Amino acid sequence: MGAFFQRWGFAAFAVLMLVLPALPVPDFWVTQSNYIGLYSLVSLGLVLLTGVAGLTSFGQAAFVGVGAYTAAFLATKLGVSPWLTLLVGLGLAVAVALVLGAITLRMSGHYLPLATMCWGLALNYAMANMDWLGKYDGLLGIPTLHVGAIDLGTERGLHVVIWVFALAGAWGVTNLLDSRPGRAIRSLKSGATMAEAMGISTFRYKTLAFVIAAMLASVSGWLFAHFQRTVNPTPFSLGKGIEYLFMAVLGGVGQVWGAFLGSAAVRIVDDQLQVWLPRLIGTGGNFEVIVFGIVLVVILKYAPEGLWSFVGRWTPPARRKRDWGGAPALPLRAKPARGELLLEVDAVRKEFGGLVAVNDVSFQIKGGDIVGLIGPNGAGKSTTFNLVTGVLSLTRGAVRFRGEAIGGLPSREIARRGISRTFQHVKMIPEMTVLENVALGGYLRSRSGALKAMLRLDRAEERQLFAEAERQLARIGMADKMDELAGNLALGPQRLMEIARALATDPALLLLDEPAAGLRHKEKQALGDVLRQLKAEGMSILLVEHDMDFVMGLTDRIVVMEFGTRLIEGTPEEVQASPAVRAAYLGTEH
Amino acid sequence: MDLSIAGILALDGVTNGAVYALLALATVLVFAVTRVIFIPQGEFVAFGALTLALFQAGKVPGTVWLLLILAGVVALAELVHGLRHHLAPRRLVRSFVGTLAYPVLVSIVSWWAAPRGLPILVQAALTLALVTAFGPLVYRAAYESLADASVLVLLIVSVGVHFALVGLGLLFFGAEGFRNPSFWDARFSAGPLALSGQTLIIFAVSIALIVGLWLFFERSLRGKALRATAVNRLGARLMGISSAGAGRLSFTMAAFIGALSGLLIGPTTTVFYDSGFLIGLKGFVAAVFAGLSSYPLALVGALGVGLLESFGSFWASAFKEVIVFGAIVPVLLWRSLRDPHTEDH
Amino acid sequence: MTLLLQVTDLHAGYGRAEVLTGLNFKLEKGQVVTVIGPNGAGKSTTLNALMAVLPSRGQVLFDGTDLAEVTLEERVMLGLALVPEKRELFGTMAVEDNLVLGGFRAMKQKVPNWRGELDRVYELFPRLKERRAQLAGTLSGGERQMLAVGRALMSRPKLLMLDEPSLGLAPLVVREIFRIIERLREQGTSILLIEQNARAALEVADHGYVLETGAIVLDGPADQLAHDPRVIETYLGAARKAG
Repeated sequence: MGAFFQRWGFAAFAVLMLVLPALPVPDFWVTQSNYIGLYSLVSLGLVLLTGVAGLTSFGQAAFVGVGAYTAAFLATKLGVSPWLTLLVGLGLAVAVALVLGAITLRMSGHYLPLATMCWGLALNYAMANMDWLGKYDGLLGIPTLHVGAIDLGTERGLHVVIWVFALAGAWGVTNLLDSRPGRAIRSLKSGATMAEAMGISTFRYKTLAFVIAAMLASVSGWLFAHFQRTVNPTPFSLGKGIEYLFMAVLGGVGQVWGAFLGSAAVRIVDDQLQVWLPRLIGTGGNFEVIVFGIVLVVILKYAPEGLWSFVGRWTPPARRKRDWGGAPALPLRAKPARGELLLEVDAVRKEFGGLVAVNDVSFQIKGGDIVGLIGPNGAGKSTTFNLVTGVLSLTRGAVRFRGEAIGGLPSREIARRGISRTFQHVKMIPEMTVLENVALGGYLRSRSGALKAMLRLDRAEERQLFAEAERQLARIGMADKMDELAGNLALGPQRLMEIARALATDPALLLLDEPAAGLRHKEKQALGDVLRQLKAEGMSILLVEHDMDFVMGLTDRIVVMEFGTRLIEGTPEEVQASPAVRAAYLGTEH
Repeated sequence: MDLSIAGILALDGVTNGAVYALLALATVLVFAVTRVIFIPQGEFVAFGALTLALFQAGKVPGTVWLLLILAGVVALAELVHGLRHHLAPRRLVRSFVGTLAYPVLVSIVSWWAAPRGLPILVQAALTLALVTAFGPLVYRAAYESLADASVLVLLIVSVGVHFALVGLGLLFFGAEGFRNPSFWDARFSAGPLALSGQTLIIFAVSIALIVGLWLFFERSLRGKALRATAVNRLGARLMGISSAGAGRLSFTMAAFIGALSGLLIGPTTTVFYDSGFLIGLKGFVAAVFAGLSSYPLALVGALGVGLLESFGSFWASAFKEVIVFGAIVPVLLWRSLRDPHTEDH
Repeated sequence: MTLLLQVTDLHAGYGRAEVLTGLNFKLEKGQVVTVIGPNGAGKSTTLNALMAVLPSRGQVLFDGTDLAEVTLEERVMLGLALVPEKRELFGTMAVEDNLVLGGFRAMKQKVPNWRGELDRVYELFPRLKERRAQLAGTLSGGERQMLAVGRALMSRPKLLMLDEPSLGLAPLVVREIFRIIERLREQGTSILLIEQNARAALEVADHGYVLETGAIVLDGPADQLAHDPRVIETYLGAARKAG
């Protein structure tokens, strides 16, 4: 049942919706279906923007207004062909989205939705107060759409157009989510650090999601103008913007299907409530908002994944077909020679106010080296690590990679130069499979953009990426888990998956941040084996750890830190025998 | 524009600004303690104004019935929750009765007092007593169990609560608009400006409330405990300060301030069941200007919004909302760049 | 000697990973008991479970009361105080405010003259008195630790639990902290001390437990453990294998 649905569900749904007007369905339901199609377009944008990218927007209704007013004004006042006004509306929506995005997408956390509320309000009031847009009465007499000589009208004929766009939008977004840019957008939600470390410009992809959502809303507005044939400010208010978000959340904001389900549920229930509630209560009025308000709160408390989570249980995702067998390998980076000076950490210092976390620490890593950076809790190892990878800024000192100064560069630039890392607290995308997570590592080695992805023209490069991901998983011994959801793995395999992802970037230097932390004995052994194998293959590694035992049989040299300072550097044997190190760990004075 | 018009506009702006300041303070307070961006703050304003108006008309305000229903729902929900978790029956009964006691009491008094045409100050006090009771109940109904949720989720919940309260407002207050009489009809002149008694009351109440809040948060242990919950929730819990208790207290204060604002704007504004949103939103703009954290900045921001609105409406009346809401976007950007960047995922 | 704390078969963890696999230990009134062990052994988890910061299974009896279903705040009211690993101070509030907030429990329970406790804390930590108006976030590492301990003392707890008090502190400061722990012990405070710094902990404690990967592997009077070679082994496993 599940597999059937995965393969044919969308096609069946598409055929049904396109054929619907030809069936003996009552006019009332065709109209409802028109509304559902219109709403779905906007909700689809929210699925991408809010559900996947994690950017909450209450202002999508304003973009619908942009599309609608453009269509209305150009058609009624300037007699422009509707198909042309669609393009103008899209262009305008993109322009507005780029401007608004430049300002608001740099905002963090809760400031972004607040900003969307405000510009949603501002745009709505602007539309409502301009004379040439008809103020609160709006524009009337918008012509219907024509294809050649056929007048599509506002009922069954238009239904086909609306649903062609809605289905095309859904197809495009689904394709996008399963592609290189899609994986980049998915990584936005788990915080910027991991994405940037893989070379992804988080601002660029936030803007992309925002613009696509604006375009979808604008198309909905254009269709709306030709559906209602009048346009006034009311349907583009903040209230409506909130309602669109509500539809997406209700349906399941992380799923494309959720957009359709939520829009249908809200439209149908809204309609029924508008009939029944006044009868029940005895007076007229918009009481359905009470129900919506309560339902929204209840959903967030008890079923935050939305209605689709109930349906989705019967339709588990199908296994990816393995079609990348003969794919050509991605281009490789020129690897450093053995003994070449790779990383030079030169008297780096980090101060947080009065606290000196890293106190003029220096060490070097040469090609083919495995260097361990160890020390007791609070010694400053992770801070040093973050200084090298560009997550924290240097107070003083320099970091040079293959001769180039990288201190002060953003993480994605450092990634581009061939340094790849893992994280102390695993950062991955739990909803994607292991294979897809590792493929994210191949971001910098591939080029497909959003348009190619949406039109499914990126398949060749995707095969290369998946082949590479599988290769890296095999290298660390996890190829059999590649179709599992990353969120279902235990901590040990998750750590290994992160290493595979880092390897997929084809690094010149691999940085591992406490990979053994929290692992059970067997998992540590497995990890140790992987690292020894990488070492045998000539990989250069910097390993931050506090488990001396783990680090002993693995590294060529060890740098020991204590209280932010370098205590001693030497071979494992030297470090082990050192009374100073023993004291640092046990607490004796030295 | 000559000086006298500027003066009148300025006075108007500052008077409105004082009310926005109260709402901004309430918004900052609630956010600081619970991380909830409380969009429905304006609904408390509307409820306050409409409750007094109905008392004035000699009717039992719909607030009473809504309060009883809400209290009943909360009490029942917590009872069910307690039974499911096998909590001690004595504790459950005490909690159940405790939830209902005050709302029932204040409802009975209101029902008794409504037709008796008591002096306006008494009716105002009853209004405050009624609407303030909503605060902790709303917190318990919608937010308490989500205490660990992200700010974003809490914001969306606020939107849901807003919708519900507006709809319920229509249901229990009807679609009519009301204007309340002024508390003090006297007129004074300060140079070229004419001050009404109501304006003086607004200033006096605002200042008193601001001073009172300042004293509460800076000097009293309970106030510091509330602040502490916002600064470090775990740390506060380790001191025995429960975030549920802090949440309820802050929502109680927010409801009180909202209701008070509703009483103050009575004579100058016709209040409908849905007027609260815009008013609350302007206080909210000021709160955001303050980064949802600084009380003095909230005050400055509120006065700014009031002035922007009154001068804006003089020059480009139709676009005053565009100006006010459009202006906040760069403010939000500035705020966002200034404040520490946390990954709240 | 009365039993203040009795822990039986304690299981606790984060999410799906179980860290503690059935701990048993006890503490008598007036005792200083220390739980030592290498990093990742589960020491902090133990204290967090006892304080109900995270959920746990097993039995915890505190001063005769079974703590099942007792929330964090209620445990504070019963007289448990925790100084957590991250200190959890109120960074944007003054030192004195932090301390006064420590007395919240005493205020709620209407303990007479609980504010007098402030003098006692200042007497223990004169540096805090010097900095009473400073914001807690601007203090140095050692001062922050002192503030955290002082704040916990304000409620006059029956049991004071310290999570790695020496963490991230310079040796001199560590010495000072442990001197204070010694003084508290002399004053009769019951203390449960979690430490990575085995030497300092065993010097100040009466009884010790050694924790390794979620289970207690050794226990005994502190002065005996201090000379037990097996303790050193659990810390520097490689030394044992190589040597």
